[in-house]
Amino acid sequence: MNGLSTVFRKEVRENLRDRRALFNSLLLGPLLFPVLFVGMMWFLESAERERAEKTLELPVVGAHYAPRLIRFLEQHGTVIQPEPENPEEMVRNQKVPVAIRILPEFAENWEQGVPAPIEVILDASRQESNVPIRRVKRLLLGYGQQIGSLRLQLRGVAPQLASPIMLRDVDLSTPKSRAILAVIFLPYVLMITAFTGATHLAMDTTAGEKERKSLEPLLINPVPRWQIMTGKMLTTTVFALASLALTLVSFRIVLPFMPVGAFGMDLTLGLETLMKILVVVSPVAILAAALLTLLASFAKSYREAQSYMGLVILIPMIPSLIFMANPVKAESWMMNVPLFSQNMLIGEFIRDQPVPLAWYALSIASTMAIGLALAVVAANLYNKPKLIFGSS
Amino acid sequence: MIVVKNLKKSFGEIKAVNGVSFEARDGEITGLLGPNGAGKTTTLRMLYSLLPPDEGEIRIDGMDPTQDAMEIKRTLGVVPDNRGLYTRLSARENISYYGELHGMSKQAIDHRIKELNRTLNMEDFIDRRTEGFSQGQRVKVAIARAMIHKPQTVLMDEPSNGLDVMSTRALREYILGLKADGHSVVLSTHIMQEVAALCDRIVIIAKGKVAADGSADELMERSACDSLEDAFVKLIGSEEGLLA
Repeated sequence: MNGLSTVFRKEVRENLRDRRALFNSLLLGPLLFPVLFVGMMWFLESAERERAEKTLELPVVGAHYAPRLIRFLEQHGTVIQPEPENPEEMVRNQKVPVAIRILPEFAENWEQGVPAPIEVILDASRQESNVPIRRVKRLLLGYGQQIGSLRLQLRGVAPQLASPIMLRDVDLSTPKSRAILAVIFLPYVLMITAFTGATHLAMDTTAGEKERKSLEPLLINPVPRWQIMTGKMLTTTVFALASLALTLVSFRIVLPFMPVGAFGMDLTLGLETLMKILVVVSPVAILAAALLTLLASFAKSYREAQSYMGLVILIPMIPSLIFMANPVKAESWMMNVPLFSQNMLIGEFIRDQPVPLAWYALSIASTMAIGLALAVVAANLYNKPKLIFGSS
Repeated sequence: MIVVKNLKKSFGEIKAVNGVSFEARDGEITGLLGPNGAGKTTTLRMLYSLLPPDEGEIRIDGMDPTQDAMEIKRTLGVVPDNRGLYTRLSARENISYYGELHGMSKQAIDHRIKELNRTLNMEDFIDRRTEGFSQGQRVKVAIARAMIHKPQTVLMDEPSNGLDVMSTRALREYILGLKADGHSVVLSTHIMQEVAALCDRIVIIAKGKVAADGSADELMERSACDSLEDAFVKLIGSEEGLLA
């Protein structure tokens, strides 16, 4: 086992001096992701707020059919714009997010107590128009309700009769558990970090060593090949772990700055939560190191290895994306599925829910089992001369 | 001492080595001479047990690389064609890495590096990272790395590739020193002067076979030529690969 630790120590020392390794493993994930996500949230939130607070400018066709409605809109802060010739064109060309058209039969229907038609002209595929559209609709419906109530009162009917049901939420979420809404991406980022943290090392220690022609002389040393490979994989694992730990620390620092508005979330990641997350994600680092080393060993050069990696990075993304798109209730059987179980568990940790010990055990054991199986295959790969010489 | 008998190795259809036999004795320098693609590197790879032979027998100090790979690796020092140094490590770190892989203690490594440093004259760059080293400096580090554990048998693949005159002379002196100390040295090369200047015994390999075997004088005598170069051309039966 002496050879193993010698290889491990040398690879660590060598890669700590490699700017590319440091950047990829220790800087990219830990710095970029947290800052990127919080920055994006800031940006989204402020853009959203701006749209919500901005004066609503609304082009109206046929304003003269409904002067009282127009007055109501103006009282509520809407700036009515002069009648456009072609409101559809204006919306299509994004000159305005939304316009309304009051149809000629509006006045007549209104007098008769029949629903009076107003068209809201909008382009549902433009997300940025959602807020103004919602505001316009809310105002119009509000006006309708107000008039409806008045009409009932005039006829001597209590308006409440028209609302037979009253809904009241009893929300059991806590500031902690609501936090998952804001950090649903955290498992996703961590899964990717485990892989990005391992990628450069896995390639450099195998394909890179082959490319630099140092693999052949290395293998002439009296050390079993599996020990050399395991030493390399251990280095890769350690870098992936460091990448994960740093990312978590960086999220802990950055998360409290997340703009979460009025939701009342508690976004502090306690030390205990951090440790729990690290414990369940660590096996992913082993899995990533083994898988990436295995693949990179087939490549003749760093570049060739890189071309495989684009596809591999999809692997950790798939379970996370499924989890984000379709959040399901955590169940025992899911703990057997590597990458997916980590997503579920991290979700539970952030919501501050108690997690059965068996779930930890299952998740860690299943992920480790696959990781170690891959590692055994990778460790014996260089027993095939073809893979050692590759290029010649 | 190396004894090779009727060694064969094919890659698919290509017969890279097709019946090579020779001996490399202790206290002698044996040259494997041949055009590019003659099978020299493949033969060396079988000697240091990275490639298993298809047929034939290898004995290094009585041991068989297919059986006692680990033991043989302990007695071998190999200077490969591509020196394969780690550019982010200093020369000293490159050398100690191999010492540690051979299971040597830290003191033994330090002591040995001091010795090698003196014989190979590496004081100026021993603690510099090998990034940007000249060919001469790289060869010295590669040799020191291969010799860290005092191997009895030394294999060198194209050791003087890319060296200037001074470095070549220093290298030859060093190799002659190894011979004087009783090591068995095998050089693979295609440079005539080197063979003529160093080798006690020349094994000419062409198309995977031994074309001739003997001292420089014997080879010239056998081919009735005045120079080793002419002898070489005559013995391999063509002029291919001489421009390399």
